[in-house]
Formats: sequence, structure tokens, C-alpha cells
Amino acid sequence: MKHILSGNEAVARGAYEAGVSFASAYPGTPSTEILEEISAKYKDICSEWAPNEKVAMEAAIGASFMGGRSMAAMKMVGVNVAADPLFTFAYTGVNGGMVFISADDPGLHSSQNEQDNRYYARGARIAMLEPSDSQEAKDMMVEGFRISEEFDVPVMLRMTTRVCHSKSLVEFGEVQPQEKKPFVRDLTKYNPVPAMAKLMHASLEKRMARLQAFTEETPLNRMEMHDTAIGVITSGVAYTYAREVFGDSASYLKLGFTSHLPEKLIREFASKVDKLYVIEELEPYLEEHVRMLGIACTGKALIPREGELNPDIIRRALLGEEPELIEYDKSVLAPRPPTFCAGCPHAGFFYELGKLKDVILVGDIGCYALSGNPPLNAKDIALCMGAGFSVPHGGQKVIDKFGGKERIIGVMGDSTFFHTGMNSLLEAAYNRSRIIMCIVDNRTTGMTGHQENPGSGYVLGGGKANDISIPEIVKALGISFIRTVDPMDLAAVRTALKEAMAYDGPAVIVTRYPCALKKYSPEDLAEFGRNTVPYTVDTEKCIGCKSCMKLGCPAIRFDGEKKLAQIDGNACACCGVCAQLCPKDAIGKEEK
Amino acid sequence: MPEVKNVVLCGVGGQGTILASKILTTGLIDAGYDVKMSEIHGMSQRGGSVTTQVRYGEKVYSPIIGKGAADVLVAFEKMEALRYLDDVKPGGFVIVNDQEIPSLPTLQGACAYPHDALDRVKEKVNTQVIEAAGIAQELGNIKAANVVLLGAMVKALGLGDLDWDKALAACVKPQFLEMNRKAFQAGFQAE
Repeated sequence: MKHILSGNEAVARGAYEAGVSFASAYPGTPSTEILEEISAKYKDICSEWAPNEKVAMEAAIGASFMGGRSMAAMKMVGVNVAADPLFTFAYTGVNGGMVFISADDPGLHSSQNEQDNRYYARGARIAMLEPSDSQEAKDMMVEGFRISEEFDVPVMLRMTTRVCHSKSLVEFGEVQPQEKKPFVRDLTKYNPVPAMAKLMHASLEKRMARLQAFTEETPLNRMEMHDTAIGVITSGVAYTYAREVFGDSASYLKLGFTSHLPEKLIREFASKVDKLYVIEELEPYLEEHVRMLGIACTGKALIPREGELNPDIIRRALLGEEPELIEYDKSVLAPRPPTFCAGCPHAGFFYELGKLKDVILVGDIGCYALSGNPPLNAKDIALCMGAGFSVPHGGQKVIDKFGGKERIIGVMGDSTFFHTGMNSLLEAAYNRSRIIMCIVDNRTTGMTGHQENPGSGYVLGGGKANDISIPEIVKALGISFIRTVDPMDLAAVRTALKEAMAYDGPAVIVTRYPCALKKYSPEDLAEFGRNTVPYTVDTEKCIGCKSCMKLGCPAIRFDGEKKLAQIDGNACACCGVCAQLCPKDAIGKEEK
Repeated sequence: MPEVKNVVLCGVGGQGTILASKILTTGLIDAGYDVKMSEIHGMSQRGGSVTTQVRYGEKVYSPIIGKGAADVLVAFEKMEALRYLDDVKPGGFVIVNDQEIPSLPTLQGACAYPHDALDRVKEKVNTQVIEAAGIAQELGNIKAANVVLLGAMVKALGLGDLDWDKALAACVKPQFLEMNRKAFQAGFQAE
């Protein structure tokens, strides 16, 4: 019997079949569901959220060293964070097999860049597998653990958004229970001090040579011969697009093991076809290698490096074909951008931040990335996870050196603070910054779909965690100005901001209120309660000034004909922030 | 088996497009089709527009289609029908839920909602309009509007012979099964 699984669900199944002992991850689209699926379905595996990807990778490495099969999952920018342990892990090699997932995001569906992580395999000198669909994702997890143990290397399973989030049919395999391998003290393997690491590097090169032989033989790399006028070298989801476009009118060299490319196989394939295309998403990773072999081919000269690939792009680039489309006027369409939800605890806070003069606002990675959009127009800058305090610190030093008058305020969420924001805050505390740092604690990891984090009181799977307090961490890191405020109380927010602006040193404001979409825990209910009476506009009092519209709440509409604001009672989250914006006291709770 | 068929479902985050496509794929797999379904998570869930693509046939390669390739477009919201109209093959078929959901820029008065979106769609392609929300409300739960649309979609695709009772039972909670069966039938029989 076949099962329909997303690529992420298939990876989880593969981990289960391979007898994995330990799995760790930091949530990040498009990888998040891998650990959620393991936690929900395969309870034999010890699965955890880590504070960040480096920690997840290191914990999985520790599990491997102690002799269990282990894995870590992350989005592509997470591999940047985890790169430090990874490059040395390539030297030590594994004890229990170790596979980590890099989920790349071509097309930036939910990311800040579209880096191609296949280069990490080449740079770190590890093994890499590239699945094209869910069946391959499952099978390659199992084979990845075998490769990891046979060749003593970490293995990267390189997924992309379409492989992670597309569903296709999967035939399950047998579960292979694994015994714990003994840990034997061996400083030449587990202690990479310079004298030992030199030996490890030499050993790594020998392992790489064995993998180079393996790549020529493995069925993961295969020729599919049909018409030989056109030959296509391809990997990952691009294989499915190429098959869609050319069908049996071309032959294919389908590469699944791509850290080490099969030179002999590529030469043989090239010799059998008249015209050679390399079809791959993002960078010319395969193409560069084919060219290095002195083989003429066409790839990125016609297929764009940027953006997500699809069958249309290939048809247009290689066949000059345009699809026949229904023509119509698209200019009448109103945009439908993602927005802050009704009742979002960030909305009022960013409204107040957006009003401040001579302030530059640096954001971070999370739902609050939306705070730069109209009508809030608050955020000016963002970069990467955890940069929300360190970028302001460096920026403020330059402003102050040149006598500028701007203050920089940094904002990040609770999960981002635990991820790498703590280091960022320490930088500002240690180097006597005078920036204002805001931690918008919504009691969950919101953007990726409400995962627990070290501050939420729970772990993956719902077990209770130690109570970890953000203000106490901030204090321990050396900050003396700390204000904790309810972000739904705008007067309190204004007071805290005013005091922080007057303070000549590193100041921290922590807001604390649950995400509007969060399923409340018993602790949340006890602390915050639930408002259930929606708000409404008194049409007698409303003067049509649009003050309430400045919040960007999707439950409030401005009626242009009547010149009045209206609240949709079904959409209203009953938070009452809009009522605080009204100069005429026209917004109040609905009367029952 | 016929050649590969392509279906696109579009709407606004939270309308239940994913459940409808899940029931569709469940029925198709049970009948022996190869199926691929593609959806996007992340930023689009915060009130943005969402689409799901379902492809089925004897053997499906690509999980996604390009513009002008959908045999059937099922729009859960009127303006989204117009937004994704060029996904449809010339000569294809569009099913539209008769519902308007304003987007933030229209709520703010920054731009107008195109109230004539449906006319603009009908002008270009064979269109069936269904008051799915009203039908679902009459059956007792407005949330079943997605299953009403599923019924209409199954009819448009000529898949009425498949075992949809079984697919529904596999995908919805037992206490909602009877109501969803009725919703499916109402959609299937809608003109």
C-alpha cells in the first residue's frame, strides 16, 4: 500500500525506518514539519527543538559520537549557523550514522535569500543526497545513514521547498532497529587539536576518494535513455520539471548523489547524446563540474540563476515556447499581502514605534518582518536571525562618532532572542551601547506555526519545560534598564519607550502577550485571560479620522461613502487596542 | 487511464483549500491514480492569498504546473478567481465560490475591491458560480463550504464514480461526516 506524504513527512518516515535515536532542529520554513512529524508519529525517536541550528547540529553530533543514529533538520540559512561544528565534524567522522537536512528555499517563499546549499557539501567535504520527490526523500534518508556509517561521513540531505511541501506517493520499507555502538576513547578521531586534526584531514581525503568511487557505481545516479538528440543532466526537483517538458523525447542523467559527481558516467552520457543540457535550480553547481571535465553543455546561459524553477521556464528557455494564456486586465486586482492578524500583540507596539521621531528601527526574522509595510511603516532594516541588536549596536557607534541625533531601536521575538539574539544583546551590554532593545515575547514561535521554545514553558510534543525568564537572562547579561510591559496597553508602551529614550545606556523593553493565533496553555489562561466581547464603532461619535486604521487591523474597515470606520465582529479578536487610538472614544465593547 | 489532469485551488488563508485538496487526493489515490499535490506554507498564511495544485494521471512527474495549464480552477474567493485566471487553459473550466473577502489594502481604502471580478472571469471562460457558504450554512456549518466546492470540482472533473464517501470518512472527523457528505452532494448537484 502506498501513502501520500509530503517530502518532510517522508523524511520523518525515513528516519524511523533507519532506526534513528535522536533528532534535533530549530523550526524554519520549509523544514519545520520534519520534527513535528517525528514527534507526533515516531515516539521511539527522542526529538527536540534546539534554541538554534548550531546547537541542534552539535547535539546530533554528540548522539552520533555516543553510537546512536542521529539527525538534525534546518532551513538553508540555518546551515550557516551550524557550519562551525559541521566543518570539523567532517574531519572526525561519525560513530552512529548522522544525516542532516538542509531545506533550501528557491523563490524565497519564506526566506531572506535564496542561497544554494549544495556548495556546503563541496566546501565541508561531506556526502550529499538530492531527492526529487517524497519516495526518494524517504529512501535517501535510509540510504544516507548507510552511507554515513560505511564511509564515516556526515550526510546532507538537500531538499528544496517543492520537495518539502509537495505530496506524492510513498511505499514504506522495513524498520531497521539499531543497537547503540560502543563509544571507544580515541583522541585521533574525537579530539581535533592541531596535531590530531592534521591526521584527520588526511583521513578525510581517503574517505573522499572512496566516495568518488562510490558515486560512479551507486544506482542513486542513473541514466534514463530515450531519444538521444537531447541529453539532460539534472538533480532534485528539476528532474521532474525536465521530464515534464521533454518526456521521452530526451535522455536523462538523473543524479541523486551529488557531493561527488560521477566523472565516468557523465562522460559516457555526454558521448551518447547530440545536444547536452544541464537543468538545475539556482546555481550552476552541476554545470560547473561538467564544464570542468571539458564537456560542452548549455545551462545557466539560458536558464536563470535566480528564482524558483518550473516547467514553463524550461520550455521558454530551451524550446522557445510560450504557453497560450487567457488574456485579461490584471490591473483591477487589489493586492492581498500577508498582514498582522486581528489581535496581534505586535501591531500596537509597532504603531507606537512607528510614531517616534529621529529613530531608526531594526527588525529581525519573524512575523514582525511585516512591520515595515503600510500602514505601520515602522521597520527600516532587517538582516538575519539575531542581528536585531548587533546591527543597531554597530550603527549607533557610527551615528554617535559623527555626532548624529538618531537613536537606533532593535526589535526581535522571543524565539529569535533565544536563537542568537542573546549573543547580540551581550554585545550591546558589554560594549556600553546606548541602543534600545525590544524583545516582543508572544509566548511562542509564531511565524513557523507555533512551535515551543525555551521561554514557552513546554517542549516539542507538549511536555513541561523549565521556566526560563527573559528578563532574568537580560539582567544576567549585564543590563540594568529593563521594563516589562503589556503591549496591549499603549500608554504603558509609550511610558516605557519614553524612559528608554531618556536613558543613556543599553535599555531593554520586554513585551509579553500571547500570539493571537496561539492555543493558550493553562498558564497563559491564568496570566492573560480571554476577552470574548468584540468591539464596535459608535457611528454617532465616529468622525471618520482614520486614526484606528493606522493599526492595520484586518477586522477594521473604512467605509469611504459614509466616512466611518466599521469593525467586523466576527473577525475582531476583542483586544481593544483600536479603542485606545480613537480620539473621540467612539470604539467600545459590543453591548450584549 | 487518461492523460495527466491539473487542478488549481485558490483562496485566502484559512478557507480550507488544503482539506478539500486532501480529500480529492485521497479519492484519487484509492482509485489507483498517481497523484502529486503542491502547497506553500509560511508567510502566505497570514491573510495572504493561497493556492494548492493537484495533478493526477497514470504517471505524474512535476508537482507544479505553469500558467495556462489548469484544466479546472476552483476559486474559494471571487477576486482570487480573477488573480489566478491565467493559470487556466484556454477552454478550461472555473468554479467560483460566491464570496468576497476584502484584503487589507481594500479595508484601508488604499485601493478598491473589484466587485465585478466574477463578470470579468465569466467573460473569458466557462464558469460555474456556487453559493458554497450559503449552502454550507443551511446544512448547519459554514465551515463545510470547502466540501461543497469539492463536490462541484469532482463533477467538473468527471470523477463522480470514485468512492467519495470513503475519502470523506478518511479525512474528516466522524461527528462531521454526515454533514460533510451532504455538503459534498449539494456541491455535486449544484447547477
